[in-house]
Amino acid sequence: MKYFAQTSFFITALTLSSLALANSGSTLLKERCASCHDLTGPVAQTAAEAWQRKAPDLFYAGIKYKREWLTNWLIKPTRIRPAGYLYFNHIKPGPKGDVIDKASLVKHPALTPSEAEKASAALMKLNQSPTELKQGEFNGKSISMSFGEMAFDKFNGCMGCHQIEPGYGGLSGPEVYTVANRLQEDFLVSFIRSPQAWNPNSLMPNRHVKEANIQKLVAYLVALGKEDWK
Amino acid sequence: MKHLNLLLISLFITNPLFAANGEENYKAYCWQCHGMQGDGMGINIENMSVQPRDHTDKKSMSARSDAELFKVIKEGGLSIDKSVLMPPWADVMSDAEIKAIVQYLRKLCDCG
Repeated sequence: MKYFAQTSFFITALTLSSLALANSGSTLLKERCASCHDLTGPVAQTAAEAWQRKAPDLFYAGIKYKREWLTNWLIKPTRIRPAGYLYFNHIKPGPKGDVIDKASLVKHPALTPSEAEKASAALMKLNQSPTELKQGEFNGKSISMSFGEMAFDKFNGCMGCHQIEPGYGGLSGPEVYTVANRLQEDFLVSFIRSPQAWNPNSLMPNRHVKEANIQKLVAYLVALGKEDWK
Repeated sequence: MKHLNLLLISLFITNPLFAANGEENYKAYCWQCHGMQGDGMGINIENMSVQPRDHTDKKSMSARSDAELFKVIKEGGLSIDKSVLMPPWADVMSDAEIKAIVQYLRKLCDCG
């Protein structure tokens, strides 16, 4: 009985401290993040509305991002999208074709480690999913890098917009060599299946990839994430 | 609730009142590869195995019918035996919006 009481006490204390962390993080999100990120939803319904957004929606952050990555990234933010959130606002014509207008890119503010812990705890509580997401969407199987790259580049053309290693691939979309460290695998499966289910004005087209091939693509992204890109 | 959201989303996508025009959609979805000037010199081209079409090339664009252009935008490059790098935009734009892009292409190439 004594053991039960002690265990219950510790679980309650842990839960309360986790709640307190998320609550103080929630205030931080409202004060520091809400001017650029949508924390409450719903997703933009028109193109005009979507193209006015300054940064990714966060109202389903808890089912999209990985908490450890969020915390570390908020302490030391790096650029994930070479040409910014909406690439077409950050490019200019150059002598050999269009180039990124680096002066127009906005640097994401950094948080202290304590703030980052609070913010990521609060972000993981945001789960206003625009679509249904089943747990266990990703089957967890692995794929060789060569087969994965073939699926990603040759068969689906994803490299047109995404970099598969630093300096190699398209620039308009987010880099994918870190994506499996950033995003939950189940979300990746669902997003590739239908980007428009998550955002009707997503810049990512729906290629109607077969289910088995979606698994291969996500397995490749997981493999890419395990490489040392430093 | 989710079904209601999906219904609202589909209504917005298919309702012309909420559609972007051809030039706006070209900017959002086509600039990245075909370039701000439509000359095929977008920011994504450096590592591409097949270079995007120059939409200002009057001769090559004149050789394509409106129906072909519509098909390749809607169904992607593979649908007309061209590159997989050209994705299908059917889930992003309505038929009316794709037709508006075809009209905009005719302006770019001055071959309407």
